[in-house]
Amino acid sequence: MSEFTRAEQCAVAIAECFRGDGEILVSPIGNLPILGARLAKLTFEPDILLTDGVASIVSTCQPIGGAPGPEPIVESWMPYRTIFECVASGRRHVMMGATQIDRFGNQNIACIGDFKKPKVQLLGLRGAPGNTINHTTSYWVPNHSPKVYVEKVDVVSGLGYDRAAALGPEGSRFHEIRRVVSNLCVIDFGGPDHAMRLVSVHNGVTIDEVVAATSFELVTEDVGETRAPSDAELTILREQLDPNAIATKEVPG
Amino acid sequence: MTIGIGGWGSRRKPMSLVREIIRSKLKDLTIVSYGGPDVGLLCATGKVKKVIYGFVSLDSIPLEPHFRIARQTASIEAVELDEGMLQWGLLAAVHRVPFLPTRAGLGSDLERNNPDFKRIQSPYDDGETFIAMPALELDVALIHMNRGDESGNGQFLGPDPFFDDLYCLAAKRRFMSVEKIVPTQDLIKQASVHTLRINRTMIDGVIEAPNGAHFTECPPDYERDEAFQKEYAATAKDLEAWEAFKKRYLDVSSEKEYQEAVKSR
Repeated sequence: MSEFTRAEQCAVAIAECFRGDGEILVSPIGNLPILGARLAKLTFEPDILLTDGVASIVSTCQPIGGAPGPEPIVESWMPYRTIFECVASGRRHVMMGATQIDRFGNQNIACIGDFKKPKVQLLGLRGAPGNTINHTTSYWVPNHSPKVYVEKVDVVSGLGYDRAAALGPEGSRFHEIRRVVSNLCVIDFGGPDHAMRLVSVHNGVTIDEVVAATSFELVTEDVGETRAPSDAELTILREQLDPNAIATKEVPG
Repeated sequence: MTIGIGGWGSRRKPMSLVREIIRSKLKDLTIVSYGGPDVGLLCATGKVKKVIYGFVSLDSIPLEPHFRIARQTASIEAVELDEGMLQWGLLAAVHRVPFLPTRAGLGSDLERNNPDFKRIQSPYDDGETFIAMPALELDVALIHMNRGDESGNGQFLGPDPFFDDLYCLAAKRRFMSVEKIVPTQDLIKQASVHTLRINRTMIDGVIEAPNGAHFTECPPDYERDEAFQKEYAATAKDLEAWEAFKKRYLDVSSEKEYQEAVKSR
């Protein structure tokens, strides 16, 4: 097997989040999620819909960072008002970031401190409340640390499994947090009451390292190693999607 | 007064109208917006009491820095909504109903932050619970379009109409600036009938304001002025730079002077 970078393995782990999604809109937010979603589309999940980041669905996969690529093929129109309809209809899987996330997947991108007078105003709730109650959500965390993986988030933007369960069956009806991929590992919610469970660690990362970088208790039974990129995937990443290795700026090593 | 401002983030904002507000005596405003520099500038110039927003972003700069200051100093009241809920609140106002039911926000801290938002149960057999998103009734709507005619028909030529028609339909008084006023018969020469999103029932006043969305983007007429936006954003961290920016671009007597100041950079 070929040598690969941490960023390339993260891209593969992100792509795996979209396996089985079929013909739905995949909305990756940030460079690594975009890379992973395009890799999924070019390999095992060809039917997913991706936007150009503006108002078009494009069937081609452009490289990230503005490197020259194929002429984009526009297959449909999706302005913002249509995105919200897509969200409400459930035919979407979003991968968002998380400034804070807790063990049941409650995510905060709104602010740090009290909402009325925040210590730091972040992005705001954005689409997180609507996304998480309506369709599948995954998260990407480029810097796995105790400050991100916290006991309790300051503001719940995206709701986690405990919040969804508290709403009764209708809260859980369309709620799914599939995975959290970080620079260290892949986590799902297969623990008791949908608590975070360590699924796999990336190449060169130990379980202890992940545990030390997480503020709460993680379920760590049967932890595997994150799948290595295949040679075909490495070729797509290096030659087509990220020729300038921009992803290594976000995840070095 | 509640003013709804069209566009999205740092895209096709009616900035010439926003600058006119800054030059006016208006204050204590409630602003409803998918916010960009419209919100940041109005906050920084002390015009705002309350902002009802889906977000406030400069797009290429993820968080509006002047808005960030306003939030962190609690100088404004904030109603932070899920992005889709803002559309839903406008749509309720358009339909003249007091609310529309939505799942968005259920279980998140949006409910804790907005205790006056009520839940509602479906009256049908499903009995499901929703948030009753209150109608966002506007006193005034401000939008910017690429083209328009003298009677208030408006045309977007960029890729996204955003929610400008909803802002207009949700408001009592509606004002549209356009890059260029053209004869009615020329509107359809430029692009298909689908681009005529705004009709004259939605508009009370139209003004020709070339480069009126500056420094936000207004494709295909022009892209965002990224250099200017950077200059503007930097003034949030430096009081002296803000004063200089304000003197040069905001404390002017007209939009024409603003445009000249921008040109002579």
